[in-house]
Amino acid sequence: MEFPNNLLYTKTHEWVRTEEDGSVVMGITDYAQDELGDIVFVELPAVSDEPVTKEDPFGVVESVKAASDFYAPVTGRVTEVNDELPNSPEVVNQDPYGDGWMVRMAADSKDELEELMSAKDYEEMVSDLS
Amino acid sequence: MRGGRYRSEGGGRVKRTPLHDEHVALGARMVEFAGWSMPVQYDGIVNEHLRVRRAAGLFDVSHMGELEVSGPDAEACLARLLANDVRRLAPGRAQYSLIPNASGGVVDDVIVYRLEPERFMICLNAANADKDVAWIEGHAEGDCEIRDVSDDRALLALQGPAAGSILADLCPQADGLARFGCCHAQVGGADILVARTGYTGEDGFELFVRPEHAVALWRTLLASQGGAAAGAIGLGARDTLRLEAALPLYGHELDEDISPFEAGLAWVVKLDREHMVGYASLREASERPSRRLVGLEVSGGIARQGCSVLASGTEIGMVTSGSYCPAIEKAVALALVASDGSCSDLAVEVRGKGRPATATDIPFYVRQASTT
Repeated sequence: MEFPNNLLYTKTHEWVRTEEDGSVVMGITDYAQDELGDIVFVELPAVSDEPVTKEDPFGVVESVKAASDFYAPVTGRVTEVNDELPNSPEVVNQDPYGDGWMVRMAADSKDELEELMSAKDYEEMVSDLS
Repeated sequence: MRGGRYRSEGGGRVKRTPLHDEHVALGARMVEFAGWSMPVQYDGIVNEHLRVRRAAGLFDVSHMGELEVSGPDAEACLARLLANDVRRLAPGRAQYSLIPNASGGVVDDVIVYRLEPERFMICLNAANADKDVAWIEGHAEGDCEIRDVSDDRALLALQGPAAGSILADLCPQADGLARFGCCHAQVGGADILVARTGYTGEDGFELFVRPEHAVALWRTLLASQGGAAAGAIGLGARDTLRLEAALPLYGHELDEDISPFEAGLAWVVKLDREHMVGYASLREASERPSRRLVGLEVSGGIARQGCSVLASGTEIGMVTSGSYCPAIEKAVALALVASDGSCSDLAVEVRGKGRPATATDIPFYVRQASTT
């Protein structure tokens, strides 16, 4: 199972990457996709100027067996979503950190990013779960 | 990401089947189900589902209960306790049946095997096994012996279009079995009871074997035809396979408060015995069932048990089972809805949002006709 060092992680199993333009991209982690199993449906938030608050549920992934919310990793606005996912949800299983990305956000502040976990801390957390 | 429908194995007094270590060695994800530690998946539910539809899959369903009823009055006793007519069952044949309760609901759905003229075996759902044994012991009459043999039986299911050729190689007696036929046979020196039954909508077999022979039989079946023919299948795909074939699952389409006539199982209930338990209630329910089971295709989400079904905005019933079905590549659901209303402009409420649905024929999947 992979936990790339260049990403930040949430307790609720989202990953976060800061792009060069300052935007924030998120998805669910390798651990999350493995726990869920075959993902067959993804519901993404709408691109909107309405603010979303850190830890608000803003989308759903469903595997054959279970539905699971995913959460905004930071406070900000949704500026783009991965339009490929509704038609090919299996990409989240195949490439959770790449083509399986979910949402791009404009974060209100950089401070919240500093509260997220490093790859090392996240890996320790999930090793305690299994 | 949070949630998950199955609990992970929590330790405590969880029972293990004789094949537990085989599942762990194959990398299965083990979960607790009905008090048992069971494999929910090996390499993924979608792969496993498609393997059964295209080739063959092997299931450990040893958690299911088995009860033997024998003696001069065994037939008469079961004719009172079971909704299908066990008197029509010849030795060497099996029958899908229901244990009705007094109010026209269902204690359990079962398969009855007539092993000998005066000896029957009933295969019970794991979650209901203790309840069923108590019910049958409490309601039995006449000269018959009732024996819970669950601990002496492991149960393997080999299902899929290739199941017949796999078993024919190992067990010639199985080759000639008709659907719902059963016979004693030998595989690799072990005595088994083999029945041409299953819960997937495919051709296939269920193999009852003593626990000490279960591992050898499991390995033999997985290794058959060079090891490429059959893969291990978990309970996750067992559920999607049965849903695609619209086979009822107790606790979903059936329970103590759902009549078989509502659940689309009128064909099972033979109202030719007035002394049958629940007769009066079943007779009444047969005349005007207030609900009916329908199949739905759902778009924009996956309906799960308990989701409301709406017709033109008015609630008409509830989803009993729903999932994504890999062979038909659609999200489908079974739902119990009011039998007198219309089914136009349907929607299913998933997480507070109405998702469009259309009524569709069930079963959702019908296997291609074969020569067997």
